[in-house]
Amino acid sequence: MLAKRIIPCLDVRNGKVVKGVNFEGVKDVGDPVELAIEYNRQGADELVFYDITASYEGRGVMLDVVKRTAQNVFVPLCVGGGISSVEDFRDTLRAGADKVSVNSQAVKNPKLISDAAEIFGSQCVVVGIDAKRDGKGGFTVYINGGRVDMKLDLGEWVREIEERGAGEICLNSIDTDGVRGGFDIEMLNFVCERVNIPVIASGGCGSINHFSEVFEKTNSSAALAASLFHFGELTVGEVKEYLSERNIPVRTV
Amino acid sequence: MIAIIDYGAGNLFSVKNALDFLGFENKITASADDLRAADRLILPGVGAFPDAMRMLGESGLIGVIKEEVQKKPLLGICLGMQMLFEKGYEFKETEGLGLIKGSVKLMKPDDLPVPHIGWNSLELNEKCPLLEKEGEYVYFVHSFAADCPSENVAAYCDYGMKVPALVFSGNVYGAQFHPEKSGETGLNILRRFNAL
Repeated sequence: MLAKRIIPCLDVRNGKVVKGVNFEGVKDVGDPVELAIEYNRQGADELVFYDITASYEGRGVMLDVVKRTAQNVFVPLCVGGGISSVEDFRDTLRAGADKVSVNSQAVKNPKLISDAAEIFGSQCVVVGIDAKRDGKGGFTVYINGGRVDMKLDLGEWVREIEERGAGEICLNSIDTDGVRGGFDIEMLNFVCERVNIPVIASGGCGSINHFSEVFEKTNSSAALAASLFHFGELTVGEVKEYLSERNIPVRTV
Repeated sequence: MIAIIDYGAGNLFSVKNALDFLGFENKITASADDLRAADRLILPGVGAFPDAMRMLGESGLIGVIKEEVQKKPLLGICLGMQMLFEKGYEFKETEGLGLIKGSVKLMKPDDLPVPHIGWNSLELNEKCPLLEKEGEYVYFVHSFAADCPSENVAAYCDYGMKVPALVFSGNVYGAQFHPEKSGETGLNILRRFNAL
């Protein structure tokens, strides 16, 4: 039986791990490779590195982090942040990533999704989405770290993403991100009902019961969290034990 | 030495990373002499069946592989596993290596998306030296699956259909999943392969 995945996300700037709350107030913490090894030990099903470095030099540092992680951690590794071309996909995959996540650039240039899927395969193309309630009963897509409303309907966007051959969607709700009140069940169901590709839930997880809630109330394939794991409030192992007791299929190590 | 067969398809470095991590001497190679000198062979592969078979044919290594598996173990991974069978039906009918009976067809699981991506648990079938425990999770990414006799299946996984996950016949082994991305379980499979 296919397991529900638990994915720790590490925000990386200049080769160091950071975590923003609601995309603001970043704290510098540690070495991403060390943290990746620790999460792997805890039973993480996949790791996400999100590169928030803006500079060209920073990209080289990030690729080195990916390379060193891939030499030490043997679970799928997804890398996102600043990916804007097929060449960025190639460099990141060559460094050892298994998947590449695109967000703003995919909205600005949707062809990037289909080009990358055609060249590298759907399985390595993850489209990240930042979305927010539009106040009229729907949701719209934002870019640039949730700062710019593209007035793009979320339902239309996820259908296009699937048609263009993306392998997965990572859905981050701006409404719940950083609030720690739980994943955005309503928004996740809205997306899960519209696509047949796996959806990763992101944004809002604040306690252990939010993990069971998201798998019991939505068809999400995976749940992603950052600070909860990052600050040691919960281990991946504790989350999986909790889910397993509730008959949610998870991989235990 | 483990020869990782390089015929131009797929991500060889993740396999190499795992073998390096385990301390197993290995070499990414397209040389027939290296395949002859190796103790074990790994046939990786990512992409489509016809392209991969064409590239393997152009590499001139098919004859050597068929000779060497009489003497030493070979592990095919993902598409490399699929190529071990007699035929593949991705885009068009293509001849495989024919080292294991059966063919490779598009998956049609009930009500589940294809590709099959994620961690799935192994259900043991025929006893095989690469596997010990029931129910261990390994990482899959594929759209096509083998259709082969149960006697060659060491383990299945359940994805709306019974998917042959680990197959074997004589010295030839094939993993539909990625042992190099399957955490400690996957590393253990590589350790057992290295001990064959």
